[in-house]
Amino acid sequence: MKIILISIAFIIFAPILGGLLSGLDRIISARMQKRVGPSIFQPFYDVFKLFQKENVVVNSSQNFYMICFLIFTVFTGAMLFTGEDILLTVFSSTLAGIFFVLGGYSTYSPYSFIGSERELISMMSDEPMVILMAIGMYMVTHSFFIHDIVAFDKPAIIYLPGVFIGYLFVLTIKMKKSPFDLSMSHHAHQEVVSGIKTEFSGKSLAMIEIAHWYENIFLLGTVYLFFAVSPIIGILVSLLVYFIETFIDNTNARVKWQWLLKSSWIVALVFGATNILILYFVK
Amino acid sequence: MSYFKKSPWLIHYDGSSCNGCDIEVLACLTPLYDIERFGIINTGNPKHADIFLITGSVNEQNKEVIQNIYSQMPDPKVVIAVGICAASGGVFADCYNVMGGVDKLIPVDVYVPGCAARPEAIIDGVVKGLDVLEQKYSQKNNTDKKENA
Repeated sequence: MKIILISIAFIIFAPILGGLLSGLDRIISARMQKRVGPSIFQPFYDVFKLFQKENVVVNSSQNFYMICFLIFTVFTGAMLFTGEDILLTVFSSTLAGIFFVLGGYSTYSPYSFIGSERELISMMSDEPMVILMAIGMYMVTHSFFIHDIVAFDKPAIIYLPGVFIGYLFVLTIKMKKSPFDLSMSHHAHQEVVSGIKTEFSGKSLAMIEIAHWYENIFLLGTVYLFFAVSPIIGILVSLLVYFIETFIDNTNARVKWQWLLKSSWIVALVFGATNILILYFVK
Repeated sequence: MSYFKKSPWLIHYDGSSCNGCDIEVLACLTPLYDIERFGIINTGNPKHADIFLITGSVNEQNKEVIQNIYSQMPDPKVVIAVGICAASGGVFADCYNVMGGVDKLIPVDVYVPGCAARPEAIIDGVVKGLDVLEQKYSQKNNTDKKENA
């Protein structure tokens, strides 16, 4: 019963929070560029408008893939907030990503092909570090269940500083922020037109936006796990991380995919794997 | 209620223009004018756009491109011709390969005068275009309702 209630609360409140965060992101970005920026509710206006637009469909399966992407993203987030297995959340978030890529491939546009390919490479780049994060959590708390990780009496960050740094690095890829936003350009709207999103319009584009709101809340939730002992510090750090991501987004130029793959694996190895090795021998 | 006024996304295409108007369009994005405060985004993708902003006249080479972009945009959509060349062909009107203004090819909803059109005038034109967008949306809704009834 509790699980159902938390899931329903997540399904209702996560997009509201995620949309506000993305509005805040746009305002902060604008202020960093000496602009005024849009209203904080702008992402909601955009999505409501997209629901009123015509939905141009190239291939009838493309909308199906996007619905799957949205459903599995919601499922991932709901699992995190109900305290289920952290490995399963990692796997289902990957599955959601795969549906997103399939949606891109199904439209036959050269631009979305490039975007889908780049998205696959981004997933390859971030996956090792995400799994190391789950392993690190297990080594500290001896459980893969998130309710056990949250209930652990010390903050996991004490044992996992390297994993946290590596995870922050990978979070930029996961949130599709600037040095690593290869698959679809968020700020520079003209890069490979829009990557994966090129052929999506109307309702399906709105669904992509909503899925990203859910995804951001899920990702900030995983950041919270490192500081789960004190909820206030956890939430503050999550918000700080979001601000840092916006800052990185505005101060870095996009990199090539080779650099993305190399740097993220090196970071995973140097910070993540080393941290876990030390933990293995010391603890 | 419609949200087109709150979030107009536009695509900008440069026909055979001298680039004067294009630079003014880009000036709208700068911190001085900052059109993003109205939620306006320069998308560069016809499938995401509500407003088609054309500068410069139509010629034999680009008429298919303009037609293509226009037909790729999902309804409701609005076309805004920016500058005198987009309105009538301007100084290029007599050239052997120039067809004339954009309205020779696709229906234009708002004309923004000027050579080059000032950023204030362009923003004003976009705001006028929003009313047309709203109108088209409510018209479409009404016809849908009649068809369903």
